[in-house]
Amino acid sequence: MSRARLIQRLELQGLRLAPSQVWGQVRLVPVLRDEVRGDLRFAHRNYGDAVSVVSVQGAPAARGLKYVSYIPHGLVMTWGNRQAEAVYGTRLQAQDGKKVDAGAFSVRLLHRMVHREDRNQLRMLPLHLAMEGFLARYFGGPDIAWSEYSRDGLSRGLNPRSEASIPGWASFALDGALRTFELHERQVGLLLFNADELLSAFIVAHPDDYRALHRTLLEDFYGDLLLQYGYLQVVGELGLRLDASRVSSVADLREQVARMREDWATFHGFMAGGLFGVEVTARKAYEAGPFLLQHFHTRLIPSEENHLGEAIIGPDGTLEYLKTYRLSAAQTRRAYLLQQLAGSQWNLDDAAKALGSTRTDLVVRLHNAGFGYLLKPHVLEEAQRSNAWGR
Amino acid sequence: MAVAAEVRVEQVAREDLVMFVNACFSCTGQREFYGDARGQSVSIEFLHQYILGNYRRLYRRTLAAGINHFNQAQIILNLLATGTPVDAQERREEGALIAAALRRLPPQRAFRVLESLRSRRINNRRARAIVREYLESRADLAFDAVKYRAKLRAVVVHGHLKLGGELGPFLFQGWKKRVYTQPLLETFRQAHFAQEALYALPYTVAEGLAQKHGVPRDVFLQRIEPRLTQAERLRLQESAAREGAEVPPVDLARAPLTKLCLYVLALKDEVRQERRDELHTALMRASERVLARAPAALGRVAAVLDNSHSSSGSLQKRRRPLGVALASHYLLGASAREYRAFWTSPVEEPLRVAARGQTDLATPLLAALEWGADLVVIVSDGYDNDPPRAVAELTRVFRERLDPGRRTALVHVNPVFDADEYAPRSLGEAVATVGVRDAEDVPTVLGFARFAEGTASLLELERYLAARMASWLEREPRKAEDAAWRSPGEPVRDEEEA
Repeated sequence: MSRARLIQRLELQGLRLAPSQVWGQVRLVPVLRDEVRGDLRFAHRNYGDAVSVVSVQGAPAARGLKYVSYIPHGLVMTWGNRQAEAVYGTRLQAQDGKKVDAGAFSVRLLHRMVHREDRNQLRMLPLHLAMEGFLARYFGGPDIAWSEYSRDGLSRGLNPRSEASIPGWASFALDGALRTFELHERQVGLLLFNADELLSAFIVAHPDDYRALHRTLLEDFYGDLLLQYGYLQVVGELGLRLDASRVSSVADLREQVARMREDWATFHGFMAGGLFGVEVTARKAYEAGPFLLQHFHTRLIPSEENHLGEAIIGPDGTLEYLKTYRLSAAQTRRAYLLQQLAGSQWNLDDAAKALGSTRTDLVVRLHNAGFGYLLKPHVLEEAQRSNAWGR
Repeated sequence: MAVAAEVRVEQVAREDLVMFVNACFSCTGQREFYGDARGQSVSIEFLHQYILGNYRRLYRRTLAAGINHFNQAQIILNLLATGTPVDAQERREEGALIAAALRRLPPQRAFRVLESLRSRRINNRRARAIVREYLESRADLAFDAVKYRAKLRAVVVHGHLKLGGELGPFLFQGWKKRVYTQPLLETFRQAHFAQEALYALPYTVAEGLAQKHGVPRDVFLQRIEPRLTQAERLRLQESAAREGAEVPPVDLARAPLTKLCLYVLALKDEVRQERRDELHTALMRASERVLARAPAALGRVAAVLDNSHSSSGSLQKRRRPLGVALASHYLLGASAREYRAFWTSPVEEPLRVAARGQTDLATPLLAALEWGADLVVIVSDGYDNDPPRAVAELTRVFRERLDPGRRTALVHVNPVFDADEYAPRSLGEAVATVGVRDAEDVPTVLGFARFAEGTASLLELERYLAARMASWLEREPRKAEDAAWRSPGEPVRDEEEA
């Protein structure tokens, strides 16, 4: 049953896109939900520590795999019957994790990305969950002891693996856009475009929750594209026109305006085509009652848009929660290489064949992508030397 | 060829002036929802310099067009800074306009203008004469000396003026040197040493001294209450309640319309519901008073009112666009034969309106057109985003296909100045956009709208301004009211209403 509910491709089923609002180079597209079930609620939990350490395996203070990042806030998810709304926000919140002072800063030790706090309550770290799932997936390192790999690479894999991203407040335009954005009555989400490139999507189950979480988008992290297009001043205003020849009464006018609204939704749906409607690979993260929390990523083809994210699918297959992160071009390339290597059991020759190139090229590519430390130095040197000869 | 060029010159002049007058209605150099204060002030300063340099006569006559105080002050300063016209009659007109405008400004603003003469290093003969004349026209200079002491001193020093009686020593030696015979000055001196004397001073002066004496806030508010002006009472409602002091009774029946709306909007929803009838009556009476001063008889009127999130304004102009919308609702309702309001997100009770949601102007506008209004007044900040540019398209097609004869008049009233466009943001070619600061301006700007529309000629605009100037110079402001300040117990005047 739950297996079947892993998403194959993201659909905006039951959701509606409204016309966008533009601020400088940022375009925000409201996502509306007409039918609100009200049995899944999200609340915001503020951390405000310089760094958080999340134990992915093992107890928080013990040895084991850790995820270290700046985590400004978490999400508390409550599900259950429809009365959840009545008690929403009235529960006392448990102390979350452990706070350790380190000089002027504080470090928070958190237990797991997704932590069950009560029978019907779950704490999760939005986006970090997806990022961690993504890192864990392909960045494991070789599982067969091929002779080319360095000893470090064989014993520890790619640890410590790291990815850099850009916090929302680094962009002045995003701050302005979120501040001046006018929320719709039934709005549950937002598609965020920067210079008309889809950066992120955020959808929750209930409009009130979205209203409360709107500003947290500024604390989230985004791909390089947020700054890459930061110097572009404004995106062009898209003017859709009404067809005057079809109007002979006020009723016709009303019809034309309705059509205009639909055109906007179609247009935004088209613009977000790199995320919605494409195939994704999903993995279960937690099963919370009827809701299935999962993280996913798109196909990781370097020439396309690539997103990773987390989603919750309701019992009837509707998208109840979504948060995505757009991988930068370099991140995609790295992931793609590792995916290919993993696909050929980390055998360099097989992988090179699968990529349609030579072993030398693959080694150089691995080095350029920052994975040179995986290979023995002499393998790398040899490849670099023969690469230089070749020119 | 020459004729075409002349037509073009005239057209440019008219567009420039319409833009300027529009800006002077709405811009105050303060932060708006979408624009920051710096951009606003750069934009409006440029506009002033440009118009002054090219159309000096019309620039000064704009003083009489009913524009807001901020821009009146700017015009007075700019005129004084740039010398005197050569022509004797022009000189007389300019002098009369400046003097009259200064007299009509609320005293705190007028004194601010005079003080700015120093910071802008304006000290020509005419400026000194204007200052002298203004000070002579003040009914009670001793009161001004207490309330605006620093400003008055700056003016006197800058203009090398001699003030009679004890005022000179009071301004320059203050409370330390001597005992005064003038009762108010003596009270001011005593208040520096004794708490009791505080309560005979104007509120703004007493407030600082109370801090110095360490008087508890609630005690202070309670005892100073009879000295409060109407505007101060209105302003103090919230903070007095918070401090646990007795909330000063405010005479709602006398408050100006837009102020009253802003006051209502600052109240909590439950309070508004509770005092519904009282507030409603007060708003009705306020709008009737506005109409008594500037009558406007309108036919079948529909108002499209924007209560989207952006109408919450900014920290400096909190809820002003929404306040203007609510005030326009009452004002249009009182002046129209038939009236209906269409809000962007429908409200059951206009009194309980709140700023939220997106700006969907198209739906209420369609409803208004369907109802068949003669005049549709759109009160909005000019941003429509659901769908974007819908009103521009809607009105274009409406004019083109359904109403080529302009039976239905469309006017867009905008309380927000857009710094990038040097004008209040417009809703497309088919709707005339006019700027306002208060809803009280609405009857005036409805008259001005035909210039914004672009159908009237420059000559007409000049005639319009000349006529307004003539009637404005004729009507002298009510002077006797200054006296109401000093005697506690008597009804006090609203200082900003004058």
